[in-house]
Amino acid sequence: MARRVAIVGVGLTKCSSHRRDVTYPELVHEAVTAALADANLKAKDIDAIVYGAMDPFDGVFAPERWNVDACVGAGALNKPFIKLTTGGTTGGSVALGGYYHVTSGLFDVVLVVASQRVGETLEAQLVLNTCIDPIYERWMGGGAIMVGANQAASHFRSYGTTEEDLAMVAVKNYASALNNPYAHLQRHLTVEDCLKMRMISWPLRLSDCCPSSDGACAIILASEKRARKITKTPAWIRGAGQITDNYYIGDRPWFQDWEALSILAHRVYSEAKIDNPLEDIDVAELYNAFTIQEIIESEALGFCEPGKGTELLRKGVTSMEGKLPVNPSGGTLCTNPIGATGLIRIAEAALQVMGKADKHQVANVKTALAHVWGAAVGFHVLMILDKQNP
Amino acid sequence: MTQEEEILIMPGAWNLPFRHTAGRFASRFFRELRDNKKIFGVRCPECRRVLLPPRPLCEKCFASIDEWVEVGQQGTLEAFTICYVPFLGLPPPPIATIMVKLDGADGCLSHVLGGIDLSDVDKAPELVKIGMRVQAVWRKERKGEISDIEYFRPVA
Repeated sequence: MARRVAIVGVGLTKCSSHRRDVTYPELVHEAVTAALADANLKAKDIDAIVYGAMDPFDGVFAPERWNVDACVGAGALNKPFIKLTTGGTTGGSVALGGYYHVTSGLFDVVLVVASQRVGETLEAQLVLNTCIDPIYERWMGGGAIMVGANQAASHFRSYGTTEEDLAMVAVKNYASALNNPYAHLQRHLTVEDCLKMRMISWPLRLSDCCPSSDGACAIILASEKRARKITKTPAWIRGAGQITDNYYIGDRPWFQDWEALSILAHRVYSEAKIDNPLEDIDVAELYNAFTIQEIIESEALGFCEPGKGTELLRKGVTSMEGKLPVNPSGGTLCTNPIGATGLIRIAEAALQVMGKADKHQVANVKTALAHVWGAAVGFHVLMILDKQNP
Repeated sequence: MTQEEEILIMPGAWNLPFRHTAGRFASRFFRELRDNKKIFGVRCPECRRVLLPPRPLCEKCFASIDEWVEVGQQGTLEAFTICYVPFLGLPPPPIATIMVKLDGADGCLSHVLGGIDLSDVDKAPELVKIGMRVQAVWRKERKGEISDIEYFRPVA
């Protein structure tokens, strides 16, 4: 029988375009010590570590070696240590890995850490291009932006979405990021500002695209028995899962709709006994590397019908004061240390459930959803957290 | 500390050569492009979809594939974007990457669009429409690679 697991501690670092004030291990250490302090635990209380980063973003292969000591002095304390990497989904995969460690009964208290210094690569798109098929597809120079922009063009065509709709997503996320001291972009934006921004890859302008960030994140997972002793505010994992999509970008029929994400949502909602996501979920942290994706994700996750994501946005349903606030942290759009970003989504969802999100806390959160995509949208991860032990 | 400490930055760079085995399927596909200016897909024996690029197994049925099918040199543009900013080490802008469903194929080939002026960021997106018909334009000197099709151009 699988055991119940809760997030009992969260540690975030300030993210920025280049954290020149710290070395890579110092950055990781910052997240880990914050998570340990949040859970009021010591390094010796940790049974195992699950670590993630997306190779080769940091300019070293296997950056876990560089950071192993920063993860609770793993070298000195001889902890079990495993590294997971699934591109941009890495942060979601490490959380799942930690969850499996604990729910299986093999470990009681597990530290999950993810980090990335995207600010240390001088061309993020060139690194992302190495993830594209080398035989058929890489030569065009494609990467994450190409995929996101194709999604936007298809959504425009299928559902009449406009550049102004995208700008509204940006304005909402930028405004939220101003309430989040850990967010990278800290800037007030208007729709007019957005529509004047430089075109990156039509129809995505600069304000429709996430930045390249340095940052790290850590969470601590504990078994039911330990969780109750560690904290009064655990965020219980009520449902979680991962799904693959196909390999060739051209094979995907879903540029305007994310079929794989819908399938995953159906599975995870069944597990979590969520019948009506709009009613049952109080806040969502979605991986919106590009504005259009927040709209498509809202649809694929069943917050509304396909093609109605812009309506949901325009009605304010996904705003901070709305029925289902999306990305009160400012989302991936305002902060993207790639391998860590998925874990930040989960950490932010946990903070909302724990009531620790300070200035970007949504009122009366019981249930929160976190979503992650990565690897040229080859994978998705979902996790549902709850204030009550299901 | 009253004044900011000087923090030094250590430079780094990777330049790692590789050689990727194209395999029997891509090799035959590229030979047909190079020698005969023909585009071939493969048909899954179970779901009967014609897959492009050719591959030895169908990811939906997990079935082995050995039937080759020539597909059209014209197709329909299913999705696109036009990139306007330069990225270090990547093809220079403007570049229009497209998903084209060739006649007779069930999936799209990802490629580039040419034969139209992409330079004006306000006008070019009006010239490219999802659903428009496009046609392969061949390179004179073909090397047995995907860019032997230089680009797809709109069908007049």
